[in-house]
Order: sequence, then C-alpha cells, then structure tokens
Amino acid sequence: MTAPRLYNTEAVVLKKNELGEADNILTLYTPRLGKLRAVAKGVRRPKSKLGGHVELLTHSEMLLVQSQNLDIVTQSQTIESFLPLRDDLWRTSSALYVVELVDRFTAEGEENYPLFRLLVDTLHWLCRARHGELILRCFELRLFAYLGYQPQLQQCGGCHSSLKPVTNFFTPSGGGLLCPHCHNREPIVYPLSPNALKVLRFLQRSPYASVDRLRITPELSLELKQLMRGYIRYLLEREVRSAEWLDRLEEEGFDKWTP
Amino acid sequence: MARLIEELHKLPGIGPKSAQRLAYFLLRSSEEEARALAEAIVAVKEKIIFCSVCQNITESTPCPICQDEERDHTKICVVEEPLDILALERTRGYNGLYHVLHGVLSPMEGIGPDELRIKELLARLQGGSIQEIILATNPNLEGEATAMYLHRLIAPLGIKVTRLARGLPFGSDLEYADEVTLTRALEGRQEV
Repeated sequence: MTAPRLYNTEAVVLKKNELGEADNILTLYTPRLGKLRAVAKGVRRPKSKLGGHVELLTHSEMLLVQSQNLDIVTQSQTIESFLPLRDDLWRTSSALYVVELVDRFTAEGEENYPLFRLLVDTLHWLCRARHGELILRCFELRLFAYLGYQPQLQQCGGCHSSLKPVTNFFTPSGGGLLCPHCHNREPIVYPLSPNALKVLRFLQRSPYASVDRLRITPELSLELKQLMRGYIRYLLEREVRSAEWLDRLEEEGFDKWTP
Repeated sequence: MARLIEELHKLPGIGPKSAQRLAYFLLRSSEEEARALAEAIVAVKEKIIFCSVCQNITESTPCPICQDEERDHTKICVVEEPLDILALERTRGYNGLYHVLHGVLSPMEGIGPDELRIKELLARLQGGSIQEIILATNPNLEGEATAMYLHRLIAPLGIKVTRLARGLPFGSDLEYADEVTLTRALEGRQEV
C-alpha cells in the first residue's frame, strides 16, 4: 500500500468554516497550487498546536496530507502573522476585503504565482499604509491584470483614438474606456474625470511604496472606489460583502488609517 | 423509517450512515424512550426563548442570571454564544451580568452588526447603571474585529471597556505557540 502523500506549501488563510466539534475547513491560497481547501483538525481546542498558525489572514508554511475528501493540515508554522492588521478595525476590514476578492475571483487548483505574491505584498502594505484606499484601488488593478481583466486605459475602445483630458467613460463590458464620441455604444458606462484617469494610470504602473505617498481628495477617492466597485460587480455578477462592510464603517465614522 | 433517517440527516454532523444508525437505535428502543426524545425536542422549541435583557437562552424572561439580585448589575460580559456563558459560569469567578451576541462579525459571510444582538446591548447601556463592559469574544480574527467594533461604539459613552486577557492557554507549550499569541502574552504580562 502506498504511503499517503504528504506535501509542503506556503499558504495564506482566506476563509475559515467550522466543521464538527473542533475542526475548521480552511480556504487557502498557495503559490503553486492556487486556491485549495483543507481541514485543520482539532484546531478549536485550546491545546491545539495548530491554533494560531492557521488563523485567518496568516501566511504560513503548511504540511498537508492527501485524503479522499479534503486534504488535512498536519503541521503549520507561521511565516507572517500581519499583527498590525489585527489591531485596527480598518486594516482588518480592508484585509478581509482583499482576501474576499481573491477568493471570489479564483477557482480551486489554478496556479497563479504572481497573484499569490500580490496577496502577500498587499497584506504587508495594509499593515503600514497611510492611505489604504489607494492601496486597495492599486490592488484591484493588479488583481485584474493578473487575471486577464486589466482595464485598457490608453485609448478609446471604440475609435482607438488616444484619450483627451476630458470626461471619458469607463465601460465594464468593454473592459476599458470610451471617448465622448463613442460612449453611447455601451448601455452601462461610468463617467471618469480627467484626474481620476490620471490616478488610475499612475496606480497601474506604480509600486505600493509610491502609491502610499499619493494624496487625493475625498471626492476623487470616492469616484475611483465607485468605478472599481462597478467593474467588480460586473465581473463577479454579485456584491462583495466586505465592501458593504467597509462602506458601513465609513458611514459610522470610524477613524481611518490611524498610523 | 426513511422519513426518520431523512430528518436525522438534516442535523449538523450527522451523515447518512449516522442517521441510519440512530434511526435503527430508536427503532429498537422502547416506546417511552422514543416518546421522551420526541417530547424533549418539541419542548425545546416551545419553551426555550431568549432572555429579553441579555439574549441568553432561557425558559423564562428575564433569565435567572439577569434576575439575580445578588449579582453585580454594574458589569456586563459580552459573549458570542450561550455556551460561552456556561463556560464562564463554571469558573465561579464572575459575578456580573452577560450579553449574548449570537454570533460574531464576519463581513465575508455577510454577518454585520444588524445580524447580531448589538442594538439590544446598546439599549442596556442607556440606563447609566452599567460601569464596565467585558469583551469576551473569541481570541480569533472575527472575535477581535467584533471587540474592536464594540469598543468603538461603547467607549464614547464613558463606560469602561475591558477585554479578556489573551495569551498562552494553560497546558500549552511555548515552543508551539504562534507569534500573535506570544505577542499578546508578552503585552499582557503581570507582575508576579
């Protein structure tokens, strides 16, 4: 009889569901195996050695054993626990948003190494960001890029002319922009101010370190957020619940991004 | 028989084989035993209600804990589920009142403040007699997020908000502990 297959993988814990009396089913994102679901047995007992090493948002090195149903996590060692995320409700909520997007946009078993690195980098940046909203917008753009949904921001999708610094229109179904002459071609379009377009192009090409130094007005931030939400809603065909939670925190006036 | 198996299968953690085994057990047990089980199930649904004050499960409202004059009515310990109260009561070290949220904030699952008994908690704080809220949600991400949210809601009311100490569970090993646990244990260290 062949031995059960053991394998190592890095993983970030995206989601957790309770199973039975003391187990959790984890949804993990890994560098080489993509999204993967596994069981962490006995983890809800106080003496469990796995416990904190398989917590939500933790980046760990795990040892799993293949099983007929879900693979089982036998060992886990934390690589990074992202502690600053856990001490601040805004940072926690933003991280949960990032992780929900990764979960909703990926299918099990599809390797996407750049996406894994993006996830880990984003969580690192959310720990220390001063302007988290822009980090989230930048994350969304990179996510689209790695999944093949990168918005085309250079030319009009209709007439292919280069875009002028006037109000252009973003079309989710076209995955790009339409100039004022062509915007009637699509039923659903979002107007995009020239400044918003500049910021989007900047976010597409800049590293997080530069993004975190940028300051924009609340109006511009809102415009960008609504645009991205619209695109995400089109791509996923559903609402992102963590986004609704972030909106609620904002409505209730929770102080954002305390350094 | 098939109907019984189907109903048992709906219970959490009961797969088709377990449902079959339970059904055959009940078939072989006496009429009194089967009836006692059936009546106990019906009684739970009929008689168990939620305490109008603390949201705990009880047969009468307000529940015995809320009604107890000997307890300290200036403290409320906020927990996720009724079973947490059982665990805390076993310590015999707490003499205040409780409040059950019936869950924990989980944005991804769509569980927000409206799905929990938070409004009811805030209503209890209006009277002015409460001096301390002890946040006893679980020491995991969702529990911490819930505690932070509640802290932000309650602290402006001028009420002391405390959190259960987090750190090393008794009987555990330092070498296996994760960083978050160890960090919290260090932060919460006490003079001996």
